Amino acid sequence: MATATTEKTTSARAVAMKKQDAASAPLPKSSRRRNPMERRPSRLLTAGMVLLLLYSVLPLFWLVVNSTKTQGALFSSFGLWFSGPFALFDNIQQVFTYGDGVFARWLANTFLYVVVGAGGATFLATLAGYGLAKFDFPGKKGAFAVVIAAIAVPGSALAVPTFLLFSQLGLTNTPWSVMIPSLVTPFGLFLMWSYARESIPDELVEAARMDGAGEFRTFFTISLRLLAPGIVSVLLLEIVGTWNNYFLPLIMLSDPQWYPLTVGLNQWSEQANTAGGEAVFNLVITGSLITIVPIIVAFLFLQRFWQSGLAAGSVKQ
Amino acid sequence: MTTMSSTAIRTRTLRVRRPRRRWIGWAFFAPFLLAFVFVTVAPLAYTLYLSLFQERMLGGTAFVGLGNYIEQLTNPVFWDALGRVSIYLVIFVPVMLLLSLAAALAIDSARLHFPRLFRLAIFLPYAVPGVVAALLWGYMYGTQFGLVGNIGDLLGVTLPDPLSSNLVLLSIGNIMVWLTMGYTMLVFYSALRVVPAELYEAAELDGAGAFRVIRAIKLPAIRPALAVTLVFSVIGAFQLFNEPNILRTLAPNVITSHFTPNMYAYNLSFAGQQYNASAAVAIAMGVITMVVAYVIQRVASRKA
Repeated sequence: MATATTEKTTSARAVAMKKQDAASAPLPKSSRRRNPMERRPSRLLTAGMVLLLLYSVLPLFWLVVNSTKTQGALFSSFGLWFSGPFALFDNIQQVFTYGDGVFARWLANTFLYVVVGAGGATFLATLAGYGLAKFDFPGKKGAFAVVIAAIAVPGSALAVPTFLLFSQLGLTNTPWSVMIPSLVTPFGLFLMWSYARESIPDELVEAARMDGAGEFRTFFTISLRLLAPGIVSVLLLEIVGTWNNYFLPLIMLSDPQWYPLTVGLNQWSEQANTAGGEAVFNLVITGSLITIVPIIVAFLFLQRFWQSGLAAGSVKQ
Repeated sequence: MTTMSSTAIRTRTLRVRRPRRRWIGWAFFAPFLLAFVFVTVAPLAYTLYLSLFQERMLGGTAFVGLGNYIEQLTNPVFWDALGRVSIYLVIFVPVMLLLSLAAALAIDSARLHFPRLFRLAIFLPYAVPGVVAALLWGYMYGTQFGLVGNIGDLLGVTLPDPLSSNLVLLSIGNIMVWLTMGYTMLVFYSALRVVPAELYEAAELDGAGAFRVIRAIKLPAIRPALAVTLVFSVIGAFQLFNEPNILRTLAPNVITSHFTPNMYAYNLSFAGQQYNASAAVAIAMGVITMVVAYVIQRVASRKA
């Protein structure tokens, strides 16, 4: 087992390192074209990729088209084109007013969980990754090995155990039950550790020490700046993970007032199946669109970071 | 004592660049470790503890040793769920990896029109929450206003219901492929980006064709990334929960409460209040996942 862990670590690390190389040296568009004759764009290849692109984008297109329809038009029209009155703004307004405006509450909850969970997770991982990279201390190797081994434990495997413990402690059905588990990201720690090793020269830390700066002062005034690209990568990963989190809040929360968007949306969807429940398909569809817009906008704006940063591994919660 | 010795080292070996052994490192690591123990180690330990007990009608809680495990591992329901995710894993993990690999190779080949557009568009589904993806595809699969029915009408035929018992696993697999393909592609792509250009130049001098370059240079470059993504995909498959649980609303008779092991564990604790049995299932699945991931990892690294 020990071998497996180290080997896995090495390969994960290789990926992480490569990502950093790719990040630090963005290649010019044509740098890899050695022989223009041989490297002519191929129509056949492009055509094949268009199919893959359509597969990726079609459901999103369906979502956009159908959030402009009224519930009636949803049932009576062809799914891939606009039909009936243009009801997007009406739908949006309904999403925010339905059920005493609970959707806005879910949106605010999601923001809260993301800010505290993803922000806190990134901070803890940065602090610890730096500590592990730049200091030698008793017990470091053993503790580090345990944390690294936990990278392979997916969040969903921990959800039921965490629920069992938290309910024993009376923490369930509070926002803490969602935020506290989000604070820990072994993979983020691993990324920050390898990033800190690469990007912060020991001489610099040593020089600060010679000048009489405390370790924390050195960390906050000097190291943090050098770590910024790594921090952004981890933060992005954590934001996506927390924004999209479903299983944990589903288990932990019974009061809809504390739901994040994901759990709330599914509750609206389930409503159609319950006795006396009102079918609100148009609200689920428009609500879904509203849920993914912020995260897609974030990706488009931060392209520079995620294209190198998110490739750092393959953890998906 | 430690402070003294480290001060001594400090004055003596100022030029040595190795970090010195001091307790201060703990100040950085401790907050993380504290949280880690609270949300990872403690829940696992507590679940292990729970799995060894049983609530009895009379006499309260009793220690039963491996009783819960024996009960669950001889329960056909557990194997039914495990068998289903195994089928799913064997079919969809390779499909997803192959599609991602093909996309990464195509984008890296410099023989594609608009490579950046493809990279961005294929990556986009990664941003979509699993819940939204399941709702979205679920509606598209659905018979009421679904796209599948629409297309059937357009063609004048009745297409099979994607949420029928024959096809539901395929439909779930499709959602997973859709969600994870772009991310995996990006991992492969960044592994390809750091292949030194000299290797390609040498291959060209040797007169190697495109497929030879892929086989001799590009695939070996991707191998570590492939091993990691494979292991994580397998772990993800064994933990399948969100998508089937959400589609269950649309196909309650097809997707059972024990469709996947994770759903089984969840429903044992939430619908049945059988916390001890649920704990045993969670631990058993953890061990099975670890063993399978370990074997895959060994096989993948032996070939390297």
